[in-house]
Amino acid sequence: MVQYTQARLDDSFGALSDATRRGVLEQLGRSDASITDLADKFHMTLTGMQKHVGVLEQAGLVSTEKVGRVRTCKLGRRRLEEEAAWIERYRQLWDARFDELDKVVEALKQKEKVDGRKKRK
Amino acid sequence: MDARRESEPTPMKNRTTVERKTERELVTTRTFNGPARIVFEAWTKPELFKRWWVPKSMGMSLLSCEMDVRVGGKYRLVFAHEASESTFFGSYLEVTPHSRLVWTNEESDDGPVTTVTFEEKGGKTLLVMRELYPSKEALDAAGTGAADAMVETFAQLDELLVALGASLGRS
Repeated sequence: MVQYTQARLDDSFGALSDATRRGVLEQLGRSDASITDLADKFHMTLTGMQKHVGVLEQAGLVSTEKVGRVRTCKLGRRRLEEEAAWIERYRQLWDARFDELDKVVEALKQKEKVDGRKKRK
Repeated sequence: MDARRESEPTPMKNRTTVERKTERELVTTRTFNGPARIVFEAWTKPELFKRWWVPKSMGMSLLSCEMDVRVGGKYRLVFAHEASESTFFGSYLEVTPHSRLVWTNEESDDGPVTTVTFEEKGGKTLLVMRELYPSKEALDAAGTGAADAMVETFAQLDELLVALGASLGRS
């Protein structure tokens, strides 16, 4: 398990350590694209882009599908993991906020009790 | 910390849930052990709001908090994080005491409209917060989506790589 995670991390870091590959991911975040589109966009040869996409695909960040003569690239399954991870971070933020709000609610309840007793006197 | 939690039992902590209900909407829920009147007050009085909105774990502080809680009234929150400041502002669209608050988030064009409802049952209050974004893209961009979340992740990775003195041969 540790080995597997380590290997995946190595792949991800390797894949993300290159500015072009990060650009490709950003591009695919906006829309799917063929390798030819990507090669044009990043001013590189088809072979060069194929290599970059291969590295991203190996890391699970991109998936490709060949339809006819065109290979289309899109963000890989990691996209879902990214979403789950973001929602969890967001949940933790609100959970921390709400823990503090619990304390405020508790303090106000105590205060009402005390005030209520005063009024009854 | 865990040890302390065990030795000082506190009332059972309620669960916070967050779910992306639709392409444009994020829904957060939480129950509070108090009447809606009190929970509502904590959302609408600045001096109370300030006590919980910025937990220490956020690593930020709230520099100022102005809230004019009535329909059409404005709010403005200024946060400090390290050397930078950020401002959040908008206006209240609906204010129904103890049951419903709706406000806009106008610091960006893609900000959501936030609806918070307070439903009291047996002395407890179920709070539901709905954040409705103008488009799927806007919610994606707020963090769930690939593009922006990744840019952020890359920034963190970049920092990490620098910190590790990584010998990845970046050109």
